[in-house]
Amino acid sequence: MTAIPDVKPAAGEVVIPTSAEEAVEAFGDGSGVTLVGGGTIVLADMNYGRIAPSRVVLLGRAGLAGIARDRSQVTIGAGTSVQDLIGLAAPLGPCAANVADIEIRLQGTVGGNLCAGAGGEVPRGDLQGAFLALGATARSAGDDGIGTEPLEEFLTRRDERLLLDVSFEEPAAGAFASLSRPHTHDYTALAVSGVRTPGGELRLAATGVGSWGQRLPSAEAAAADPEQAGRAALGDVDLRDDALASAWYREHTLPILVQRVLVRLEEAT
Amino acid sequence: MKIVVNGAVREIGSSPTTSLLFVLREELGVTGPKAGCQQGGCGACTVLIDGSPRRSCLLPVGYLDGAEITTVEGLGTPMSLAPVQQAFVHHYAAQCGFCTSGFLLAAQAYLDRGGTDDREAIIEALGGHVCRCTGYVKIIEAVAAAARGDTFDLTTTAPGKYTTVAGGAR
Repeated sequence: MTAIPDVKPAAGEVVIPTSAEEAVEAFGDGSGVTLVGGGTIVLADMNYGRIAPSRVVLLGRAGLAGIARDRSQVTIGAGTSVQDLIGLAAPLGPCAANVADIEIRLQGTVGGNLCAGAGGEVPRGDLQGAFLALGATARSAGDDGIGTEPLEEFLTRRDERLLLDVSFEEPAAGAFASLSRPHTHDYTALAVSGVRTPGGELRLAATGVGSWGQRLPSAEAAAADPEQAGRAALGDVDLRDDALASAWYREHTLPILVQRVLVRLEEAT
Repeated sequence: MKIVVNGAVREIGSSPTTSLLFVLREELGVTGPKAGCQQGGCGACTVLIDGSPRRSCLLPVGYLDGAEITTVEGLGTPMSLAPVQQAFVHHYAAQCGFCTSGFLLAAQAYLDRGGTDDREAIIEALGGHVCRCTGYVKIIEAVAAAARGDTFDLTTTAPGKYTTVAGGAR
């Protein structure tokens, strides 16, 4: 039987910025700072004493939430709740609906989901695949000031940055397919997102194939034949066993999800 | 900072990173929200923040200055149960009861946003809650009954303990 954890208030400095500018200033170069978005990951770690941050920046009142549209460009603030994405078109809307339950989605944020650490036993970052398929860019702050870069590059150094927002061009068509979750609490074991851009470009990306989401370029190149594209996707990933699924299971289901996404994209187009 | 718990303004002394669950139970002595898993996985600590359901174990209290918090203590009283509580009593939707306050508040939030008696919709709405007595069938039946606006004569369900609230008063 697991003992009930000894929950104690955390010591250390706590900053609650009330604007994006204050958040950037409080983050500084990021050294020694623990960021809290909705709290769904960090608070659990603090409750169990897995972390004891010396300086915490609570971002929930920094005004980073909101979804803005400028013609075909969509910008989503890092503080936007996962629940607020559900009304958006595929792949983002159904991808968000596949995250946890309504109470967690109302609390968890886009920034927290995208920037969460790799996780001890399971991959985190359910939304990464959908945003990668959308070709999103990330605007973030850090030691070199505020800058914008492709999300793929941002993810490799997300521990050093304060994410402000993500932007993408509204796709002509989108699709999402995922393994069913045994329970709402599970992170996404495996999911594939697909996008057809207004210019006709096809992008595919997966969540649950490694430490974080990644594009599937071989599958994209073979997309004319969904079955072949599904097999090709296996060449793009380095599958691992974890608490959610074995590499063997993922190897047998990734091609199917790729096929489903391509068929749905074709139907949507 | 101050929070409003079931209509009463309460001054808080805990650090802003302290979970609301800890503040409610240990600082304020409001023990309706239960400390189950304390990592968001069981739903037993669920409360309403300005009417919206949240896991209090994952919520830094620093986000809540001025917020109105409803726990099961604010949902109804033993002699004047909320309709959803009446439905739980009538349908025997509680066994050991540890999960019940979380279920009740999630169900209340579902009803407040216009939830119907559709079984799949109820399962989706309560999907983050765990009942280790596995009494899910009765819980779903109770929420469906509350969504339909069923009324109950609790003097026959639980003689002498409860009175029925007419007209669905909260």
